[in-house]
Amino acid sequence: MTASDKRHAIAYWTAFGIVMVLLIVAPFILPEFWRRFLTEILIWGLLAMSSDILIGYTGMVSFGHSAFFGLGMYGAAAALLMVKPPNLWLALLYGLVGSAMVALFVAYFSTRLRDIYFAITTLVFSQIFYVIIFTWTEVTGGENGLTFSRPQLGIPGIYTVPFTAETLHWFVLAVVTASYLILRRITRSPFGMVLQSIRENEPRTRAIGYPVERYKMMAVMLSGLFAGLAGVLYAVQNRFAAPDFVFFLISGEAVIFNVMGGIGTLVGPIVGAGFFLVMREGLSRIFGDQFPYLIPLGVIFIVMVIFLPQGLLGFAKRWLNR
Amino acid sequence: MAIPWDLIVIQTVNGIVTGMILALVASGLTLIFGIMDVVNFAHGELFMMGAYIGVVVLVASGSFWIALVLSVISVALLGAAMQIVTLRPLVGRDPLTTILATFGISLILQNYALWQFGPVARKIQEPITGQFTLFYLQYPWYRLLIAALSAAIIGGLYLFLKYGRYGIWIRATTQDRVMAQAMGIPVPWVHTAVFAIGAGMAAASGVLFGPLVGVNHAMGLDWVLKAFIVVVVGGMGNLGGSIAAAIFISLLEAYAAIFVSPAQAVIVSFVVLILTLLFRPTGLFVPTPK
Repeated sequence: MTASDKRHAIAYWTAFGIVMVLLIVAPFILPEFWRRFLTEILIWGLLAMSSDILIGYTGMVSFGHSAFFGLGMYGAAAALLMVKPPNLWLALLYGLVGSAMVALFVAYFSTRLRDIYFAITTLVFSQIFYVIIFTWTEVTGGENGLTFSRPQLGIPGIYTVPFTAETLHWFVLAVVTASYLILRRITRSPFGMVLQSIRENEPRTRAIGYPVERYKMMAVMLSGLFAGLAGVLYAVQNRFAAPDFVFFLISGEAVIFNVMGGIGTLVGPIVGAGFFLVMREGLSRIFGDQFPYLIPLGVIFIVMVIFLPQGLLGFAKRWLNR
Repeated sequence: MAIPWDLIVIQTVNGIVTGMILALVASGLTLIFGIMDVVNFAHGELFMMGAYIGVVVLVASGSFWIALVLSVISVALLGAAMQIVTLRPLVGRDPLTTILATFGISLILQNYALWQFGPVARKIQEPITGQFTLFYLQYPWYRLLIAALSAAIIGGLYLFLKYGRYGIWIRATTQDRVMAQAMGIPVPWVHTAVFAIGAGMAAASGVLFGPLVGVNHAMGLDWVLKAFIVVVVGGMGNLGGSIAAAIFISLLEAYAAIFVSPAQAVIVSFVVLILTLLFRPTGLFVPTPK
């Protein structure tokens, strides 16, 4: 390790620590509404971060992340409704299994295609699941969705506490941080390097001898798994699952968060989600609830696509990925 | 189970009518894709804006045909403006950025429509109200008129591309952008014009289809998705293929609707898409590449 690497590591982990401390103490400082808001930003950020694995690191834009997110949500709902008493870890397990199965299915078909075709295929797949969930009323509750009670936080047999606003925030923060560290580790691993080489030059990667399709499938599944995790967290926080969250506009929002925050940085998408949600909240506070906040946000988004394609954190991309 | 022949005939007619409208939407989409590698996510919203402008002009003028023409012209201008402002700066960048930009536009247009016109669906009165008897149904002539008009517009586009001076420019640009530029064809303006034509076609289908369903801000979403499926199944950028695929998929969905609810019949087209991607990823209706 050279001196500059060491300096970078110290600076990076210091920054990481400061942000973590701020997020940990946030529930004590923020009023009820903003505490909830911050938790929500973290969950949407996790969804966007999972999508960054594809957009930023593998060079594939997915418009189907709502399917993974939604299946995580409905998987958690299934566990919470069927098993009494509701168990948090079982909800996590069901949600992850649900999204992993969907991700396997989507990955198998969509990775045969590249670029635009991949984007359209993932979009169409997410709509398949939307239609199924929307019309299969007996199981999924159809348009109304499902409501359930929140499980307790605890380790079975040792202790359990009901979720409070603070513990829920910390729980979400812990999951999102762990996901970030895992994904960061993965993107810096040999596997992640192959993904980035697919992004840079796919034919060459294949020529060197890497099974590109298999790597792409793994990337889609990995990404789907973390999107499902975000879905479980959202279900636990809001105590409902609804077909609206499987609709492709959610996937579109995940892409917007990525572009706004900066693709290929993992933390960028969280920043993007925060930026988007704060702007939305600010606009509807200033102009009233009926204000079509997506019009100004859409304009900002297009301007950023054209003039700032690296996003808000683009300037720090190199530093964050070092 | 007896085969319900009457239902099959009715659904065939229905399928062809929706297929022609879908072909009109999809051919605009595939034209835009074929010539500039842009997947226009906002195509459904142009369809929707066309329908809304149709509603407004119809209320003001009272004539369906004036509404149709004005709506096509104004949406074509809107499309041209969109292309100049958002897509021109992205020429030469990753084609994926154009998906992002047009997705942004679709959000803006959709929310503008919701804000301006509200969530309640508007109705367009059909210009002819006559009906004929098809088995036990009173079938409106208007539906057949839609199919005929869509076919006429697509046919006109085909003739224009084949024989028109500017149509030849468009085909030349599709084949070889750099060479066309070298021959003095103003390629950026060809792009703008193609986008405008595609937008105008989407608007025409919006106005024509308006009387069959209500006009609301979310109507574009369904259509853009179907049009994407059609364009992929037909072979990207292949005009004839998209028309064949549009009719094929609409017929399949119409037949499926005999047995399941229309909402679930959509899954049939998804399955067609998956099978196409598995066995013929270049599209069902294109010659096998040698």
